Amino acid sequence: MSETLLDIRDLRVTYQTEEGLVLAVDNLNLTLKKGETLGLVGETGAGKTTTALAVMQLVPNPPGTVESGEIWFNGENLLKKKNEEMRTVRGNQISMIFQDPMTSLNPVLTVGFQIEEAVMLHQKLTSKQAERQARDMLKLVGIPEGRAGDYPHEFSGGMRQRVGIAIALSCNPSLLIADEPTTALDVTIQAQVLDLMRRLRSEFGTSMILITHDLGVVAEVCDTVAIMYAGTVVETSDTRRLFTEPRHPYTQGLFGSIPSLDEEVTRLSPITGIMPDPTELPSGCRFHPRCPMAAEICSQRTPTMVPVEEGHNVHCMIYEGLVEAKKE
Amino acid sequence: MHKYILRRLLLLIPVMFGVSFVVFTIMFFTPGDPAKILLGERAPEAEVQALRTQMGLDDPYLVQFGRFIFNALRGDLGRSLTTRRPAAQELWARFPATLQLAAAGVLVAVLMGIPIGIISATKQYSLFDGFSMVLALIGVSMPNFWQGIMMVLLFSIVLRWFPSSGYGTFRHLIMPALTIGTSSAATITRMTRSSMLEVVRQDYIRTARAKGLSERVVINRHALKNALIPIVTVIGLQFGYLLGGAVLTETIFSWPGVGRLMVDAIRQRDYTVVQGGVLLLALTFSIVNLLVDILYAYIDPRIKAQYK
Amino acid sequence: MKTEADNMVAPTGEQAPNTRKSRSQWAEVWRRLRRNRMAMLGLVIILIIFFTAIFAEVIAPYDYRTQNLMRVADPPSREHLLGTDDLGRDILSRIIFGARVSLQVGFVAVSISLIVGGTLGALAGYYGGNLDNVVMRFMDVLLAIPSILLAIAIVSAFGGGLINVMIAVGIATIPVYARIVKASVISIKEQEFVEAARAVGARDSRIIIKHILPNSLAPIIVQGTLGVAIAILSAAGLSFIGLGIEPPTPEWGAMLSSGRHLIRRAPHVATFPGIAIMITIFALNLLGDGLRDALDPRLKQ
Repeated sequence: MSETLLDIRDLRVTYQTEEGLVLAVDNLNLTLKKGETLGLVGETGAGKTTTALAVMQLVPNPPGTVESGEIWFNGENLLKKKNEEMRTVRGNQISMIFQDPMTSLNPVLTVGFQIEEAVMLHQKLTSKQAERQARDMLKLVGIPEGRAGDYPHEFSGGMRQRVGIAIALSCNPSLLIADEPTTALDVTIQAQVLDLMRRLRSEFGTSMILITHDLGVVAEVCDTVAIMYAGTVVETSDTRRLFTEPRHPYTQGLFGSIPSLDEEVTRLSPITGIMPDPTELPSGCRFHPRCPMAAEICSQRTPTMVPVEEGHNVHCMIYEGLVEAKKE
Repeated sequence: MHKYILRRLLLLIPVMFGVSFVVFTIMFFTPGDPAKILLGERAPEAEVQALRTQMGLDDPYLVQFGRFIFNALRGDLGRSLTTRRPAAQELWARFPATLQLAAAGVLVAVLMGIPIGIISATKQYSLFDGFSMVLALIGVSMPNFWQGIMMVLLFSIVLRWFPSSGYGTFRHLIMPALTIGTSSAATITRMTRSSMLEVVRQDYIRTARAKGLSERVVINRHALKNALIPIVTVIGLQFGYLLGGAVLTETIFSWPGVGRLMVDAIRQRDYTVVQGGVLLLALTFSIVNLLVDILYAYIDPRIKAQYK
Repeated sequence: MKTEADNMVAPTGEQAPNTRKSRSQWAEVWRRLRRNRMAMLGLVIILIIFFTAIFAEVIAPYDYRTQNLMRVADPPSREHLLGTDDLGRDILSRIIFGARVSLQVGFVAVSISLIVGGTLGALAGYYGGNLDNVVMRFMDVLLAIPSILLAIAIVSAFGGGLINVMIAVGIATIPVYARIVKASVISIKEQEFVEAARAVGARDSRIIIKHILPNSLAPIIVQGTLGVAIAILSAAGLSFIGLGIEPPTPEWGAMLSSGRHLIRRAPHVATFPGIAIMITIFALNLLGDGLRDALDPRLKQ
């Protein structure tokens, strides 16, 4: 359980836009152990997808650039790999499920072929064998194999996402990155797709990064959680501890904005303010303009990582002993 | 699929009926008396009147239109007012030359436009891209009749590479085909580029890359087929443009096609031939568009599915 | 996001949301356009051509009609910068006056097809049903005839001349505008601010003119700009085969046509009018492309 599969160090990704340089991901550190599922949680624009694309080395360039950092995967720095080498990793050792199943499949190719081509590419199978495997994969995700010759528009959203899962798992990857795989689906379908992913993950023994903004999904699926805010990770922990003892004021705020069934709460306490403009990030701690506990120093100094418990790290100056935690 | 083709074929009938109506109406209200044109200005009034009656020119408008449609359906477009031979025969004799020219033009346009457009899109903002985009813009801005004349000047008069006019050999075809096809080539280049740029931004291209496919496969297998869908439509429309352009190009190169026949006919006020020519070219254009629509359904399974 | 929020305020101040939105929107479009160097180049060239057309009498070194049979088809010289034509007239002066003709033809023809096609398209899109069917089937018929052929048919029937050429070229492109306007009317018709205007009891004509048309301007402007280019080309083509504007009016296509027979002896006679056409069309295309990018930022990365 303890062997590290993925280790991201000091990752920095920028986008050149008309409004200026956007720091999409900055100073990001993240580790994932073999067999684990990590939930990457944050608001829209926090840099979750960019982080995933950086791992895949699919950050659209231009306008995006991975400026610095290291991404260690199975003992190799992916950022040092040539494009051709990276192609043998993509879809094979690391694969990805995308957010919108309605647009993520090629409309003019059959779903069977879209699974086959990955298999053929990475496993050096004949087209007959690949076709067989594609059909098996379809069956595995709950689609009748007879539908391999159908086109994406002939499937519903939930079915298409199953196809997406089949494509991603077809080469038995050691890491699966799922980017909000259920966000675009109906609530009832969401549960089915999540169940499927959970089942297959344990069947295949795949490690997974699940990107989401839904803490409910995290509680159900993930072993560990990383909370992202404005391009960086602010808190990492195992799931249970994060839910019982959130430490970072932002994480606490996130929980404060979910209604709880157990406690009688008269009103929710949402986080005040909005996400900062990514072209003009605040100095110091990115969260300080919205933080109820912010002190002067928070705007002057970037917080460092503080381990508060075994496997529970927080980027906040309260835990560096520089700021006093206020009780509300 | 058959249902789809059949439906499109049936749609052709009202459209061609409408085209006939429009063309007939324009020519009907044209000042000038066909009988007089046939017999010459100095013919005695009685003779002219007799011919008018014989030709049914004194009948009401709708009766004449009905007769025109009825005859056209049998392949009879009336008699040329100058040669007195059946207009359909004259047009039909010239038709292969026009078709040849238009097809050569489309070929030039497609063979130049699509590859250049793809390379431009995959190397956006590169030197090649900038250069070909400026060239394409010049291509769409150049009047093709001027381009034809300039090509005659350069390649026939100065360099003596190609004959300045005439018909029959491949050497005769090159300059007219380039003249008529350049603007379409430019349009298709621009269209291919923008269509490719639009397609490579789509999520499914990212999915394809995430599978580890090489860039070549991503472009050729995943992007191109999607990008082709709007391009095919443009090629069909360009064919119509080329049929219109044939009138000008054929004039410059003395190409013995329908277009030149029509220009001569206009000069001689031979309205039967003009009318028949417009009809023939419009019918050709409609049939080409029909073929394009069918091709379209083969490329895009979403359309095929509607008519399964 | 912003526009949606703006539109929500619609019900009370009848036209307020619309104009407020469009004012800032147009400022934004202009800002984007100004940053596009190629588009600005196009705009500047077009303004120069406009200026030339308006002040042709002042700028042109000679009268466009003055013939000089002693100097027929002279090559460019100090007296005649672009040489003289088959009747010894100064080509530069004729090109300068020709700008007037071409711009007129271009803009009037586009106005004709825009007014007729736009009205038909707006009515078809707004009312739908049978009206839509009849109008659009008729447009299909017109579209089945390649536009230059339709223009040729009309001019060959009713004769050439400036007015007829404008009408012929204008009619031939009516369906293009009908389709564009119809499409944008349909997409805008369903939006909340139109619903709101209808809810407060605004008349149909008012809704179309006040609310729908301003919002469908973007595609119309782009197509209109490119349309002027196409109209100028078509008109020149008509004149080239002797169906267009009649002499002695200096029309670029006709000038080119008269130079065609001199191509061996005096190639400049056909060359310069063609260059004039090309520069004009080039500039209009640059501007049209720039406008499209500026009006639809989604297309630009």
